[in-house]
Amino acid sequence: MSATKPRTLFDKIWDAHVVETMPDGTALLYIDRHLVHEVTSPQAFEGLRTAGRRVHRLDGTFAVTDHNVPTDATRFTGIREPESALQVATLEKNVAEFGVTYIPLDDARQGIVHIVGPELGISLPGMTIVCGDSHTSTHGALGAMAFGIGTSEVEHVLATQTLLQKPAKNMRVTVNGTLGFGCTAKDIVLAIIGRIGTAGGTGHVIEYAGEAIRALDMAGRMTICNMSIEAGARAGMIAPDETTFDYVRTRPMAPKGEALERAIAWWSTLPSDEGAHFDREVVLDAADIAPMVSWGTSPEDVLPITGNVPDPEAADDEARRTQLRRMVEYMGLVPGQRLEDLKVDAVFLGSCTNGRIEDIRAAAAVMKGRRVAEGVRAMVVPGSGLVKQQAEAEGLDVIMKEAGFEWREAGCSMCLGMNPDRLQPGQRCASTSNRNFEGRQGKGARTHLLSPAMAAAAAITGHLTDVREMMSRHGARETML
Amino acid sequence: MTPFTTLTGVAAPLPLANVDTDKIIPSRFLKTIERKGLGRAAFADLRFNDDGSEKPEFVLNQEPYRHAEILVTHENFGCGSSREHAPWALLDFGIRCVIAPDFADIFHNNSFKNGILPIRLSREICDRLMEDARMGANARLSVDLARQVVIRPNGEEIPFEVDPLRKHRLLNGLDDIGETMQRATVIQGFEEKQRAAQPWLYG
Repeated sequence: MSATKPRTLFDKIWDAHVVETMPDGTALLYIDRHLVHEVTSPQAFEGLRTAGRRVHRLDGTFAVTDHNVPTDATRFTGIREPESALQVATLEKNVAEFGVTYIPLDDARQGIVHIVGPELGISLPGMTIVCGDSHTSTHGALGAMAFGIGTSEVEHVLATQTLLQKPAKNMRVTVNGTLGFGCTAKDIVLAIIGRIGTAGGTGHVIEYAGEAIRALDMAGRMTICNMSIEAGARAGMIAPDETTFDYVRTRPMAPKGEALERAIAWWSTLPSDEGAHFDREVVLDAADIAPMVSWGTSPEDVLPITGNVPDPEAADDEARRTQLRRMVEYMGLVPGQRLEDLKVDAVFLGSCTNGRIEDIRAAAAVMKGRRVAEGVRAMVVPGSGLVKQQAEAEGLDVIMKEAGFEWREAGCSMCLGMNPDRLQPGQRCASTSNRNFEGRQGKGARTHLLSPAMAAAAAITGHLTDVREMMSRHGARETML
Repeated sequence: MTPFTTLTGVAAPLPLANVDTDKIIPSRFLKTIERKGLGRAAFADLRFNDDGSEKPEFVLNQEPYRHAEILVTHENFGCGSSREHAPWALLDFGIRCVIAPDFADIFHNNSFKNGILPIRLSREICDRLMEDARMGANARLSVDLARQVVIRPNGEEIPFEVDPLRKHRLLNGLDDIGETMQRATVIQGFEEKQRAAQPWLYG
């Protein structure tokens, strides 16, 4: 690519990491950071072992357990589910054998891999970052190229620190204006997915831009990039700026002093050039975005909280009608029903989407002095041990516990049905997580995706609720703004 | 990896869009440390009742589709997580080829790494193949990777696109890692340059 042609953020990071280009355009792409967890790595390490291979870059590889781990005290005394225990033990054996840096379960830095990477400064702007998990797109909030890979690719990166990749297409989603009262990054990303659909980003890397994105803190940016995969995108990214650099400056493993200044000088050259080509452009106005909630079993099936359950019979074609009928049935809904009338059995605050300190603060601001409704199980699962510590230092644990929330240890928890935190069939959950697929939070479980503030509102009333009403009535508005 | 050259077999019709990886294999089956044996978990929640009995209405529980080697389906197949357990489960069930209007990127990648050929064809053509598939054992589909054609039961040949490098590796059952490791000197050269320019990346 010629040096004078305007390039996107993605183009620049891509170009800086191409080791070699094959005749058909496939690139051998260098990977700066590889994050490893217990679920998608055992077969990869086994492959290395069988072939007599070693891990190519031990200083670029970091491992942690998150998907399987219980979020109560049993994690310290011995994981009860034998298969989960075996997966955790297998990771521990593998990291010891291959010499990979590992954050153990009893270390305060343990947590969800996508919370831990940015928090510790393992993930930095300008990097290529991969992990055997689709929500790796989270790290793109730093201005990095971060994407999920399968286990064969995990093995490929372990052995060679590279991946074979075809360049992605560029897509820019611009969110102009200012977010309305009570609306958050989660509402922006749900609105985007609602607009472009769950395959809207297939083959593309999405760069999020515009005033409303610039105004977000790093936590909000991570929430948005995290859900890029729910729009089918290979990755999501946000150009690094002063907000990014201020965040990175305080990270323990980030470069310091002169090295940091040198890094910032490079990172400052990364934002997309004026006139850079985007294959697809989508523009939203933040003022049009209301607090959002998903009603169906795909993240594209979202509506403003003030909406009603759609009528499948109103859809254009039979395939879509069949799909919608199935969703309405699975979710236990009646067409036309107000979303606000849906009673919830559980509220889950956590996950790599919304398990950061800012998310807990937002929920605590709504919960302060209030109670979880009778019969609702509500839990806070901090995204990492460090998030938990910080929340406790701020007294947020007391607010949430007094309100009736369970206060748990860090992990993926109820985002996916791989650990003891699961819903029962038919239970309905207001969840700050990222996927509302059938069975995602447990077989037969019904998930409604929403923001931490909206989750708190649902906890208080026991049904899906427009948080804006609670905030204005009870003066939480000042805290939120 | 088992090479993929030609395949003639029963094709199962799965007329659903956005078949996500949780549908292909629910997360409770990801707690394995092996690649094998996941065929029983393929589409588990669509295939089995809570008591383990089969749901007779699900296509893969019907004859001859229990022996399907090809899946014909709708848009955005394999969306959701990066779990390679999805292609492992399909492969262990016996599926070697999935035909759809499009695929989610990670699933598409993962398939090639496991000797499964994902074929993108227009919705209109997929609908025609879906009709063939509904005819069951009397209407086997054939796939010839070298010639890049799907052959319908009536003999009509439908061409498809496939990335040349992936085609080569699939035809020959080549291991990506072995191929890349032969580029070790080039990778080392890249690292030396990068380390000089961006020393903070190395620790």
